[in-house]
Amino acid sequence: MKLLTHNMLTSHVKGVTKGYPLLIKATEVKVNEVEFNPQFVSRMIPKLEWSALIQAADGLGHLQDLPGTVVPEFENNDDFLRKVHRVLLEVEVIEGCLQCPESGREFPISRGVPNMLLNDDES
Amino acid sequence: MDSENVKPVRKTKEEKKLLRKQIKASHTLLKHEGINTVSQPTKHLVVANGGLGNGVCRRQLQEVLEGAGNLVSLLMPPNKPYAFVTYASSDDAQRAHTLINGQQLECQAQVVTLYLSFVERVSCEQSECAELPPGLVVLEDYVSQEEEACLLQAVDWAADDNATANKALKHRRVKHYGYEFRYDNNNVDKDKPLPTGIPPVCDPVLQRCLKDGHISVLPDQLTVNQYESGQGIPPHIDTHSAFEDTILSLSLGAKTVMDFRHPDGRSVAVLLPERSLLVMKEESRFLWTHGITPRKFDMVPAHYTEGPVAVTSDPSNLTLSRRSTRTSLTFRTVRRTPCDCSYPSVCDSQCPPVIPDSAPSAPSVPQGNKDAFRLEAQFVHQVYEEIASHFSSTRHSPWPRVRDFLLALPAGALLADIGCGNGKYLGINPEVMSVGCDRSASLVQICIERGFQAFVSDALDVPLRGATFDACISIAVIHHFSTQERRLAAVTELVRLLKPGGRALIYVWAMEQEYNKQKSKYLKDSRDKENANPVVDEAEHSMKQSPLPKPAPEVSSTEVTPKLSVHTNRTAFNTQDLLVPWHLKGGEKNACQQGGGSSTDAPKTPAPAPVFHRYYHVFQRGELESLCSLVKDVQIQTSYHDQGNWCVILEKGTK
Repeated sequence: MKLLTHNMLTSHVKGVTKGYPLLIKATEVKVNEVEFNPQFVSRMIPKLEWSALIQAADGLGHLQDLPGTVVPEFENNDDFLRKVHRVLLEVEVIEGCLQCPESGREFPISRGVPNMLLNDDES
Repeated sequence: MDSENVKPVRKTKEEKKLLRKQIKASHTLLKHEGINTVSQPTKHLVVANGGLGNGVCRRQLQEVLEGAGNLVSLLMPPNKPYAFVTYASSDDAQRAHTLINGQQLECQAQVVTLYLSFVERVSCEQSECAELPPGLVVLEDYVSQEEEACLLQAVDWAADDNATANKALKHRRVKHYGYEFRYDNNNVDKDKPLPTGIPPVCDPVLQRCLKDGHISVLPDQLTVNQYESGQGIPPHIDTHSAFEDTILSLSLGAKTVMDFRHPDGRSVAVLLPERSLLVMKEESRFLWTHGITPRKFDMVPAHYTEGPVAVTSDPSNLTLSRRSTRTSLTFRTVRRTPCDCSYPSVCDSQCPPVIPDSAPSAPSVPQGNKDAFRLEAQFVHQVYEEIASHFSSTRHSPWPRVRDFLLALPAGALLADIGCGNGKYLGINPEVMSVGCDRSASLVQICIERGFQAFVSDALDVPLRGATFDACISIAVIHHFSTQERRLAAVTELVRLLKPGGRALIYVWAMEQEYNKQKSKYLKDSRDKENANPVVDEAEHSMKQSPLPKPAPEVSSTEVTPKLSVHTNRTAFNTQDLLVPWHLKGGEKNACQQGGGSSTDAPKTPAPAPVFHRYYHVFQRGELESLCSLVKDVQIQTSYHDQGNWCVILEKGTK
């Protein structure tokens, strides 16, 4: 699971009102190099919940001094875009789990696949 | 339509017949291959029946074509029943048309009639990929001719002893050393070594492999296969739990072509020259199937180039090569610990063996939500889990109109594919951020192995932020929900994900498989396919059934009277709620249960292909639209019928 995907994921346990962002508890993290496409990264930034990304990257030890808010004119800031690229697309959680911040329910991540299925009584 | 543009000129009976056949041939090309023929002369011609797929050799066809004019190029795409020829001028091409159209060509054991038509341009899609499966190496001239002779001599086929487990299989001869490979369970008895180990005559080769770093330990199992011309071996993956990673295979006596196939449908034909060594490691050993198609001729490059010529897909450089007797020596190391490879979707150590459901007690149409959930759990979720690998192997061609929808999305759009299956739509538009989810963990695993972003979830409860996605697709998913309430909930959930102005594309199976007098691909029987491969492999929901007899009779049908009717594949639907059988294909069975050894053959006592039943609610005309109209905040932008599916594009309102 890449952090870009994590940024889209939310807890949907019945009754939960604040299921976002999911807390990452990783036991195995990999960094896989992906070709850098500055335009693609620029286009993704406005679609992100920035603080959730920062929190996730920090938790995994890959923050690389990214700031708490998006820098102005990031489209032309190659250094910034490269760091965002790394965090969004190259850092991958292979094993661990995602935890709902409200209910504490954990969703396992195994071989890179988050399993978000709920039991009968949770949905 | 068959007679359009035909001027009322007197023609002989023969001429009329030729014209009729030629027109028919160009219709077939258009229908199955998308090749448009034109009536005015051009430099290019398509030669129907003049393809490698008809057993026509390059040299033979080239001689005929050269006789008519100045030949510029001749393209013979792999396995196709036609070839493309380009002449220096349209005059030359016209002369060729006059001379050769209707001409008969004697090739191999049959006679084919060539039909020529003009085309605007020549287009050959290279469907086979040009790269070898990762981890695969072919080393040419790995043994000398002397060593080859020694090795062949050492295999004594006459000695019918138990010491080397000599067997004549249906399609080839096989002999085992070290351990016997058992075709009944596709494994070896690890505590029952054979009295005869690997013959010492193999030592020099194996020591060379060790020295060259192809292996780190000496193998302890050898399987010798002998293939006569026309024999082969079905596609399989060597059982993970039976053997260690590296598998070595020497080709002696003759060359052959081995087909490798990835679960996503990619395939690569690899030429194994005489005296070459094939080394399969990692992905090529664990994830790709390999097999040899039983045939008497292989497609091989026409000109021999430098280095190991492993891949044949260039239509300008293909011809046929006659097979002769080939003996392969496959060296493997018996595995002592469970397999821990990175491909759990095909690993028998990492997924529980599948027990085909022998007698599904056919349920009735569900009433309440609980009922519905139970029905779907058994007849949808569980079935996809069990057929995942075979299902995935039949799902590689994207539907053209789904692809169009995806390609029309702007760069940087966010896309959610709800019910993404093996992920065949996740990579269509690389400018888009695509994330998929599916109920089947096995299918999601395949997505991840293909490098896509996906997670396991139910389509009624998608754990994605609302009002976030520019586009959502739901292809062949909602018809698996068994009540109207649940189908509505699925559409509502899809719309929830869309941001204002976002669009959703939904495909569901149609009750009407014939529309505007056109039968869907699903209904068309295989007679239509003759010697041409259809452009789209299969209807979204259909299955590859060709090797199977007519749909198998229901297993132990005496036990229960099904309340949901069981559909007969490729027939019209009688009811809206039904069970559709899936016949797990023999050769490519879910590797979890039938891993296969490098010597796996079709089972000697042909076990009936396991049949699984999937629940479907097929939609009647207008039903999908009325379902969607119940959802708030959304407009139906278009709706259409596409190859037996009802389809809508929804657009979420901008508040």
